[in-house]
Amino acid sequence: MKRIVSIAIAALVLFSCVFSFNIFAAEVGEEFDLSQFDQDYYSKLKGKNITLYVYNWGEYISDGSEDSLDVIKVFEELTGIKVDYTTFDSNENMYSKIKSESAYYDIVIPSDYMISRLIKEGKLAKLNYDNIPNAQYIDDRFTGDNCEYDPDNLYSVPYTWGTLGIIYNTKFVDEEDVGSWDLLWNEKYKGKILMIDNSRDAFAIAEKLLGYSMNTENPDEIAASAKKLEEQKPLLQAYVMDQVFNKMEEENAWIAPYYVGDYLTMYEKNENLEFCFPEEGTNLFTDALCVLERSKNKEAAEMFINFMCEPVISAENLSFIGYSTPMTAARELMDEEVANDPNAYPSADILANTQTYIKLSDEANQLLDDYWIKNIRVNSLNVTFWIVVAVVAVAIVVVVFVAINAKKKKMAARNEVE
Amino acid sequence: MSKNTKFFTTIYNIFIMMFFYSPIALVMVYSFNSSKGFEWTGFTTNWYVELFNDELIMSSLLNTLLLAAIASVFSTILGTLAALGVYSLKSKKLKTTIKTVTNIPLLSPEIVTGVSLMLLFTAARISTGWVSLIIAHISFCVPSVFLSILPKLRQINRDMYSAALDLGCNTRQAFTKVIIPEILPGILTGFLMALTYSIDDFIISYFTAGNLQTLSITIYSMTRRRISPKINALSTLMFLLVFIILLISNVYAIRKERAKEIKISQNLKNSI
Repeated sequence: MKRIVSIAIAALVLFSCVFSFNIFAAEVGEEFDLSQFDQDYYSKLKGKNITLYVYNWGEYISDGSEDSLDVIKVFEELTGIKVDYTTFDSNENMYSKIKSESAYYDIVIPSDYMISRLIKEGKLAKLNYDNIPNAQYIDDRFTGDNCEYDPDNLYSVPYTWGTLGIIYNTKFVDEEDVGSWDLLWNEKYKGKILMIDNSRDAFAIAEKLLGYSMNTENPDEIAASAKKLEEQKPLLQAYVMDQVFNKMEEENAWIAPYYVGDYLTMYEKNENLEFCFPEEGTNLFTDALCVLERSKNKEAAEMFINFMCEPVISAENLSFIGYSTPMTAARELMDEEVANDPNAYPSADILANTQTYIKLSDEANQLLDDYWIKNIRVNSLNVTFWIVVAVVAVAIVVVVFVAINAKKKKMAARNEVE
Repeated sequence: MSKNTKFFTTIYNIFIMMFFYSPIALVMVYSFNSSKGFEWTGFTTNWYVELFNDELIMSSLLNTLLLAAIASVFSTILGTLAALGVYSLKSKKLKTTIKTVTNIPLLSPEIVTGVSLMLLFTAARISTGWVSLIIAHISFCVPSVFLSILPKLRQINRDMYSAALDLGCNTRQAFTKVIIPEILPGILTGFLMALTYSIDDFIISYFTAGNLQTLSITIYSMTRRRISPKINALSTLMFLLVFIILLISNVYAIRKERAKEIKISQNLKNSI
């Protein structure tokens, strides 16, 4: 027994050693020319032993995989600042961590509506733009009054942006049916339609289709949208988030609303997929870099933001992620194919027809969630509930049956003895 | 057993095995797929290289393993002591009470444990990170150790201990030479259970980890976009590691059993 324990422990230690030493590790950034950056600026905080805590979406930075540039490593080598990088899966979960203060972060990268919520609650620090000279590269479309969630970009610098639209498979979907959000309600494609599993986006789609604002707080309009979403349910194959990739690429489903950056990833796998900006208009989202009020290293954090706004870095980073860059200067450095993609960088007409999410009032949010949970997503819950009941019932019957049988046998045995 | 029953047993076994192992097999196969999707586009070991180069996954894996090792060692010690203490209690009422209380962390939903621990740490001003995470993991690992040792203790013949004392052991020797070897399988099971629970846990870690990121949190955060095939590669490696450990321990157990049998038969021969 002792030997097993020691073998197990040895294996564990070996396993962790191999992993921690990174036997395959290659020095990324060696071939990347660091001298192109402003050395005076970036060496300001060298040798001060600073660690920056960065909290970002999962799979949302160029990390050196698939021959991309390891952006964080380049930053560390350039500035001597260590980056502690961790990831989250949704704005709401990120928010709960910030709100509970159970973790310390310097930089977070939330989406627009979450940024306005964090600003209102005083969680974000005002940026000192003297430390972020590269903010000049950000396109006018994202600055000043155009930035609805954070006017004049006092608290945030755009990281990526994109739109929501309909992805469809040209092999199965007739071109004449495409063009409006009502494609997602088309009886012809029953069972081949996917819906986004996220209340805010789902309601935005229904609200746009009915001609409302996607930031509406009017209870009647929200109720009508909920009804619309309920009507859609029988036509749907499933409510999905990340499963959308496989379902669409494998042609299990033909129609799905999703983000344009992810459409480009799918298109690489399946060229029959096409993206459509519905004529009713759609959502334009921005994810932006923010410094938290609690941050103890604001200057270093601003240096990180400035670094992410280097056109070269933004170009490398966003070519990897597949989302769109808010900087024309960066776009010009990208591969022509990516930079001129009409879906990633739609025309001014289409952009004029977009709307950003802003923070809804608590009541409206509550209403949305109530409808979403009780009326729209409820059926799947109900089915699960009854399955559970059925399984438990069967289990009880089996147990009772076995118990009775055992007792009978015992009785029989006793009778025999007697 | 009739031929027919045997046939159905085999079919049933195959079906169950497939149900258990086909997902793992699928993950293993796709860890060698050159594309990111489910379409087979060619063989590659690239994901393994990328896996070892991915600092986020590697550091969270290291965190997970270190955490599991520390938490399971501590909870094995704590759980063993607790089991011994409860076993030697005289009052039956107290015994049942303690057993019930230890069961609570196993029965209560993880989300409740997670949130309440988070609130506790915030209220007690314990900074979240390694300390809070280790405390949280120990708290849900101890019951599994406790519960796997208790039955072993019940199997011990109490007279053995007194016999050891009669034969000249002091109490400490009697404990290490009689009690510990008897319950060692239970301790080991408890340790492995604790290790698995700790590696497995997502919800409690999520609430108590602070800035630390364990493997399960890293994987979960990938779900907005797409879970990287690197995770398939990692799962394959972890499965193989566990498989090898199990294989070694089984082979070792079989050998030991055989050695015992041979010894017994030799003794028999000698006595004849």
